[in-house]
Parts: sequence; C-alpha cells; structure tokens
Amino acid sequence: MDDTIVAISTSVGVSAINIIRLSGPDSIKIVNSIFKGHDLTKQPSHTIHYGYIVDGKETIDEVLVSIFVSPKSFTRENMVEINCHGGIIVTNRILELLLTKKVRLAEPGEFTKRAFLNGRIDLVEAEAIQDLIDSQTENARKMNINAVKGNLSNLIKSLRDEILNLIANIEVNIDYPEYEDEVQVTQDLLIEKCAYIKSKLEEILNASNEGRIIKSGINIAIVGKPNVGKSSILNNLLNEEKAIVTDIEGTTRDTVEGSIILNGIKINLIDTAGIRETDNKVEQIGIDKSYKTIESSDLILFIVDNSQELTKEELEILSKLDKTKTIIVENKSDLEGTSKELDGFETIKISALKDKDLKVLKAALIKKLELEKFDKQDFTYISNARQIALISECVKLIKEIEKKLQKEIQVDLIEIDIKEIWTKLGEIIGESYSDELVDKIFKNFCLGK
Amino acid sequence: MKYMYDVIVVGGGHAGIEATLINARNGMNVLLVTGNINNIGDMPCNPSIGGSAKGIVVREIDALGGTMGYAADRSHLQIKLLNSKKGPGVRSLRCQADKHRYHEEMLKILKDFDNITIKEALVKDLIVKDNEVFGVITEDNEEFTSKKTILTTGTYLNSDILCGHSKEKGGPHGEKTALYLSKNLEKYGLKIIRLKTGTPPRVLKSSINYDECEIENGDDTLLTFSNFYGPTYKIEEQIPCYLTYTTPETHKIILDNLNECALFSGLIVGKGPRYCPSIEDKIVKFRDKDRHQIFLEPELENGEEIYIGGFSTTMPHPIQEKLLHTMNGLHNAKITKYGYAIEYDALDPTELNIYLESKKLHNLYTAGQINGTSGYEEAAAQGLMAGINALLSIQGKEGLVLKRNEAYIGVLIDDLINKGITEPYRLLTSRAEFRLILRHDNADLRLTPIAHKYGFISDKKYKMYSKKVKEIEELKEELKNTLIKPNKENNEILKGYNSSELTSGIKAINLLKRPEITIDILSELMKKEINKTIGEQIEINVKYEGYIKKTEEEVNKMLRLENKKIPEDINYDNVRNIATEAKQKLSQIRPITIGQASRISGVNPADISMLLVYLKKEYPYE
Repeated sequence: MDDTIVAISTSVGVSAINIIRLSGPDSIKIVNSIFKGHDLTKQPSHTIHYGYIVDGKETIDEVLVSIFVSPKSFTRENMVEINCHGGIIVTNRILELLLTKKVRLAEPGEFTKRAFLNGRIDLVEAEAIQDLIDSQTENARKMNINAVKGNLSNLIKSLRDEILNLIANIEVNIDYPEYEDEVQVTQDLLIEKCAYIKSKLEEILNASNEGRIIKSGINIAIVGKPNVGKSSILNNLLNEEKAIVTDIEGTTRDTVEGSIILNGIKINLIDTAGIRETDNKVEQIGIDKSYKTIESSDLILFIVDNSQELTKEELEILSKLDKTKTIIVENKSDLEGTSKELDGFETIKISALKDKDLKVLKAALIKKLELEKFDKQDFTYISNARQIALISECVKLIKEIEKKLQKEIQVDLIEIDIKEIWTKLGEIIGESYSDELVDKIFKNFCLGK
Repeated sequence: MKYMYDVIVVGGGHAGIEATLINARNGMNVLLVTGNINNIGDMPCNPSIGGSAKGIVVREIDALGGTMGYAADRSHLQIKLLNSKKGPGVRSLRCQADKHRYHEEMLKILKDFDNITIKEALVKDLIVKDNEVFGVITEDNEEFTSKKTILTTGTYLNSDILCGHSKEKGGPHGEKTALYLSKNLEKYGLKIIRLKTGTPPRVLKSSINYDECEIENGDDTLLTFSNFYGPTYKIEEQIPCYLTYTTPETHKIILDNLNECALFSGLIVGKGPRYCPSIEDKIVKFRDKDRHQIFLEPELENGEEIYIGGFSTTMPHPIQEKLLHTMNGLHNAKITKYGYAIEYDALDPTELNIYLESKKLHNLYTAGQINGTSGYEEAAAQGLMAGINALLSIQGKEGLVLKRNEAYIGVLIDDLINKGITEPYRLLTSRAEFRLILRHDNADLRLTPIAHKYGFISDKKYKMYSKKVKEIEELKEELKNTLIKPNKENNEILKGYNSSELTSGIKAINLLKRPEITIDILSELMKKEINKTIGEQIEINVKYEGYIKKTEEEVNKMLRLENKKIPEDINYDNVRNIATEAKQKLSQIRPITIGQASRISGVNPADISMLLVYLKKEYPYE
C-alpha cells in the first residue's frame, strides 16, 4: 500500500457534480501538482480549497478540493477528494491526467480494503467487506472481458503477439549467439519494427479515444422505409424536435444525431434517410449514406409498419442486416397487423405515440446492449480511462525508444522498453506475464545441441 | 549418535564436486560416492563450459567460493566473450573445455583434501528413520552414516540408453545405472518424474575435411572465469572450432527414416528439453528451414574426438553415418561414438525447500539433474548451494538463499522450487527479470561480500575484492572532480571520435554520459591510465543509469513482497475466497514469503490480495 490509488466515487454520467477520490502517501502532493490555487501540501487536514485543475497551461475545470491528512481519514492514509463539474468528458480528463502521475486506478473495493488493512475498521466489518470485495472482483472480471471485447481487444492482442515475436527474436540472439542463421535483430531492423509498432499503437489509441462505449457512446441506426415513423420514434426518445417529421416521403435526407443516456451510457441515435430505390440525386446520396451508417453502427433499429406487408425494398434491407445486432420495431401497433416472415430477428411491437410503449423500447435496448451491467457502477468507463492512460504511456514509450535508437543504444536494452510496452498492453486486456516468452522462443526458433 | 561422516555426497559430477569441496574447505568430513572415479567432473555431452547466462553462473560460483571457474580456466581450448557488442547485461563467457584436463584438474583438487574420502560404489538406498536421513546404503550392502546427505545423481538414476529401436539399462559411457535408488526414494514418498536428454555422435578428427568448413576462433583478448586468478593460456595457442551445415540430402534421409529413430518410434516416454531438440526434431518442426548450423568442437587438445554440436540424434547407427556424410567437411567422417538419447529418473523440485533440502525427508539435499535441470553450470550452482546449506545447517546457522535480484543462481533455484518443471530446465537470460544488475562483470561485487561473511572465501580473495571496490570509488570521485577543459587539444581528441566540441568545461563523469564517449577516451583526455575492469564499472553505471534505476525500482517492488513473511503454521483451507488451484499449490509448496507465493504458477494476484487480507486479520502482530 505504498502506492496512490484513485477512483471516481460518484456514479458517472448523470450527476451534476462528480467526486474523484485519491488515497495513498503521495495523494496530496500529486493533486497539488495539477492544482492551481493554494499550495495543498501546506494546508491543514479537513479543509476545502477552491481552484483549478490544470494540464500544463490548459485549464480543465474549476474545482473544490478537500484534504484529509493521515491518519485522520477513511483509509488512514493521506486522502484527497476533487469535486469537479459533472459530465463524462471533464471527469474523464481529470482522471486520465491523474493516471499519468504515478497514480493507479483503484481495484473495486480497494479503499475499503485499505481502511481495513490500516486498522481503520474492525474484524466484524472486515468479514462483510471481504465478501463484498470478492463479489465485486468477480463482477469486474466479467466486465473486463465485455468491455474490451471486439475490435480494440483484437488489435491489442495481435500487436502484442507481434511484439512478443520481436522480443523472442532478440532473446534468441542473446541466448544463442552462435546461431547466426536466425534473423539478427539489429538497430536498423528495430527502427523499422518500432515505426510499425508506433503506427499500430496510434491506431489503437485513436480507436479507444474515438471511444467505444463511454467516450462517444453506442451508435444506434434507425432504419426503415419512408413514413413508417422513424423520426417520431427518434423524437420521442429524444424528447425534443430535432429531426424533421412530415408525411411526405423522403424528407429526412440527412442522418441526424441526438443522444440519450441509458443506465449511464451515452446512446447516439442516428436517423437515416428513408431507404428506397430513387432517381432523385440528393436522395440517392442520403440512401448511400444510410447503408454506411448501418454498417458502422453497434445496433440497428429497423422500423416497419405493423399494418402493412413488407415491401421488396424492406425485404432486401432485411437480408443485409446482421441478426445479432438488429431489433425490428413494428410501429403503429394500434393498427391491425399483418403476419411477417422475421425468423431469427428480435422483434417488438410499439406505437411511437404512446409513452408506455417507449418504455418497452428502452427496456429492449437496455437488454440487447447488456446495459444492466452498468447500472450500479460504471466499470467499462473506468477500464476505458485506464486503457487510454496505458496506451498513451505506450505511445510515449515508443517515442522514447525511437530517440534511443538514434543514440544507438544496444538492442538488448531497448528490449527492456519494448517489454514494458508488451506488459502494459497485457494489463489492458488482462493477460499478464507467465512463461509466454520462453514458450515462444522454443516454438519459433530452432536451436540447441 | 556417532556419524561416520559429516556429509555424504552421492555423485561426482559438477554438482557433487562443488557440494563436496565447499564442505571440505570448511572443515567437514566428506564421503564422495561415485560409480567410477574416472568420471569425476565428466562432461558427457558438449565439451564446453559457460554460454549465455551460464557463463555468469560460473562467475557467481567463483565469487561464492566454488571451483568450476577455476578448473575451466585451467583446461580450456578456447574462450570467448559472447554478446560483446550487446549491452552489459547480456555478456557472458563461454569456453571449449578439454574434457580430460578438466577431470584431472578436479580430481587433483579433491585429492588434496585429507577430509575427503572418495568411494567407488552405487547407492541403492538411504538410511531413513522417522523421515530423517542418516546416510546411504550401497549396492554392496555397505552402510555409511552422516549428518547430511546430498544426492547429485545426474542421469544415472534408473537410466535407459535409447538409439534406433534399442533400449538398454545403463548410464553414459556404458557405465552402470543406479537401478534401485529412485524406487526407494519413491517408497519414502518422494515424487519421481521421468526426463530425457540426448547427445550427438563424435567423429574422428582425422576423417574431417576442415577446408570445407568455416573456422571459429577464440577471442583475441585474455579472459578468465575466475576473478581471483589470472589467465594461464596464450591467445595464439587457442584451438579453433568449425562450422558446417545440414543439406537437403540430410533432411531427406531424416524424413525418409523417421520411424527408425527412438524419438518418433514411440520408444521414448520421458520429456525432453525443447532447447536441445534432436536433429530429427529440428527437421520435422522447422520444415521450411533449408539448413541448420552444425558445430564441430574438439573434446580434447590432443585427442581425436570431435563433438558434432547441433546434431543430437537417436537414429540407428548406419543412418547416423549416412547423415553425417551428407554435410561439407564430413563426407568421409568416421564415427567414434554414436549419438543416443537417455531417459532417467528425477525428483519433483517443488518438493524442495528454498535450501534445496527435501521437505519430506530431513537432512536430504539434492542438486543438479536429479532436480530436473540440464547443464553443467546449473548443476554446479545447485551443488554449491545445497552444499552450503547442508554445511550451515550442521554449523547451526541460518541457511543462505540468494534472491532473484542477487544472482542467476537465485533465479534458477527460485524457479525450480516454485514453478516446478515439465522438461529439463536450462537457464536463459530471459528468465532473469533483473538481468541488467545480474551482470557477468559484477558477479564478484554482488556475491563475494556474502561469501566472506560466511567464511567461504579466503582473506586473500576478500582483500582482492575490497581493493577493487576501493579503486572503483576512488576513480568515480576523481571523474566527478576532474574538469575537462574546452581547450584546442581536448576538442581535437573529441573531434577524432565524432563527438561535439566543448564550449565550456565539463566534469569528466558527465562527459561519459555521451553515448560515443568511452572510458578509454576519458583516459586519453585526462592523460591518465585507467584500469579496464575498474573503468568498466563506472562506464556501465553512468551510461546505463536510466535502465539500472528502472531495474532497481522493480527490485524494490519485489523486495517489499519478499519481506512479508507467511507464518509457518498457516492453514490455507481457512483462507477464504482464493481459487482452489491456488489453495492446492500454496499448501503443497508452502511459500515462506508473499513474494515467493506470488511466483508460484497457478497463484493469481487476486489470490495474493486475499491472502494478505487473511494474514492481516489472523496474524495482526507479525
């Protein structure tokens, strides 16, 4: 417990004020290094200070900072609480900034654990907390897998594997110098490899920055032929008149975005132009754009008219949709329905004009997107900030490596830095060092008496 | 009880020798039991000592008061510094040893001690009472009693020699194998595992055409493993090795005859090392490689036998011959000794404590291949440590454990007892997480003070060490205080080495931070002779300061966990919320510290947190 930990102690995304909490010997010193106002290190315990959180010359937020000096705090360590303005972006920025300052993200329940280990709470309480820590860890474990599944995680995995190959090659050159037939990793080769690793890391950083789930939210495309009530559904979800709603076919030409918060997660709703064959050029552009939107979305709400048969165009669109990421909404459930062939698709019937039906739709979205997990605490958000901090560190490291290569530092020393990148990437996806490297060496290289 | 000996060492290989000598040097009465006195210090496989990581181990053995480095320095045919172009953390010595001279050197040293008795015999059983070992029983039913028993049986434990379709009981060189000992060890509850290794054919020197091979010479600077004795050879008298390659024809013959070799015919059950694959293995696993390097290494200075490195095989004899003839230099090669594989019994090293003593049988120590390792150096290192700990135990002192940040020997033993093995274990630089501070150049600085504290090295050797330390300090002070002036003469010198000119004065030690400035250039600028070994220490510490600091931070992290002790009476069944696998592993290995616990395979960080919480709760005052 010599390190300093940080966590957001309010639930994210909804409250007006968020509190970021730190505990550990250096917590006051660290916050002071990004705080413009009084010198926090010279303030007495249990005092509150007004000022700004700054990143270099840039001001991030106007805040109130509370100081608790060891041992008079919850964990009996030095503690700081930063009251910042709510909202994901600002809180996230401050957290990320702290994570670059030798502060580590707290494990679930870690503040309580420290309180116990430092003798702040007694054994009976500890029993209860132990159970809590355990259950939360389980939860966090599942979260981790969910949070980074898909693209980002695959990118990291494959990059990590390529880096491991490189490390194994360097190791082989060290442990079997007489095997000159094997590829020799020289400084020139490393320059090439590092440029590649850098480009991949930047790609990952962009991917995680553009931000899955929390940073930019989940994208839902609302698709359907004209006049089935797409815009009404959107508007009712948004509770505001953002999209243009008319009875004339083809008036929604641009994809219009609006966002709502469901279970603390930002959901971007994208209205697509009505899809149908057309000669109208402006409309055609809109239709092409719709198909692109469909492809890049996390979920598609395909709106059809409950009272009408599916048209040829609708069937064609249906054949292009991914069943696992589509919900078919049969709108106008107040009218008499027709039977439709929708095998394998998840469907719901609503009337966009009724408030209670909107709740049905929201519930269906929460279920499909597995948002119930985010209800209590926002693990994905946290691991996302952590990921971004870790990947930023990797980018910083690879830039340092490039500088060192210019100075002709030996390959086996550069390897220490490369290994650090490899380990950090492993932390992101929850894989840590075991005997992977040794296995790799003997799998890929042919050596020995 | 009256004991006949203080210590009995079973086996006269590299582990047995170190275990015997460290005890004899410290006044113990030692019985060394060996199957054949002519095989003391034998190298049944490659004729070389050292190599990457292993060369550093030899230096560590030397620094601790062991003998391998001294004997290797007196018997090698050539010596090199490996990875000399790479960073200081991975440099390592390797020599080609004259097998006979090495044996003679060791035998002479052993015979010099009046308190060492060498006995030719095979051991069949231990004298055991209430899980305590009191000595050994030989196959001739002779009993010898001792306070401590150290088993260093190598590959001679119930071994089979395999070649082609034949499998016969026996050890290397047609020696007898110890048929009964492992069965009896099993009877006492020790877990027996079966391992495999192999060796390539040897070829008659006069039948090789070296003109068709590439030559590999020793280094042209004088080098020694030992820090305490100077070189005893002449650079130009070193004997070269040669290099040749397999050909498409070699590969074809192997693939056509796979069913003939013991490895693929299903005869071999023991687990072999991945880092020493047989040539059959290499061809099968790396089909797209069109050639493999084959090393021709002399075994003796004046002998006829040449070791065919990289060509370990279990093909039948006629095919071995045919295979060799497909390679340049070996078209007319005559085999003097055929390649073979050997399967042998070993013990599960996770049943050892950190002192290399059996957790089940007290006063029994094991070292070398019996613990599942491979390599002469790994064996010697364990022999030394088992010997040291048997000795300290007799003296009533606390045992000596080298940590992972103190020595490769520490990495080796820590890996063995915590991770266990699935194949013969070889040291690699990649197994050491702190290799930048476990260097070959500072083995003496790291370990000699420890050895001196326990009295394992002479005052004379310690004085040599102290002198070195003092000189390093003095030179460092001098470099800190010497100003290199921006005058014309100095700038001319700097220009000559492609270093930018000085515009103002700079402290010598800061100038050394420039990548292109070496200690030799400083010596030129300062017009001062600087001792190479002394200067090297400063140079490394200045140039790699950033990396060394990083490593030291990692070390401190590890040490914090290492200082958290786990009480001996802990019952892991009472620790809540740790995984079942972790619980089993912890109960079996019974780590002494949290640090050790965290390195056991199958124990996750979450389990360690739970363990910490439990300890804090149950043992609040420890």
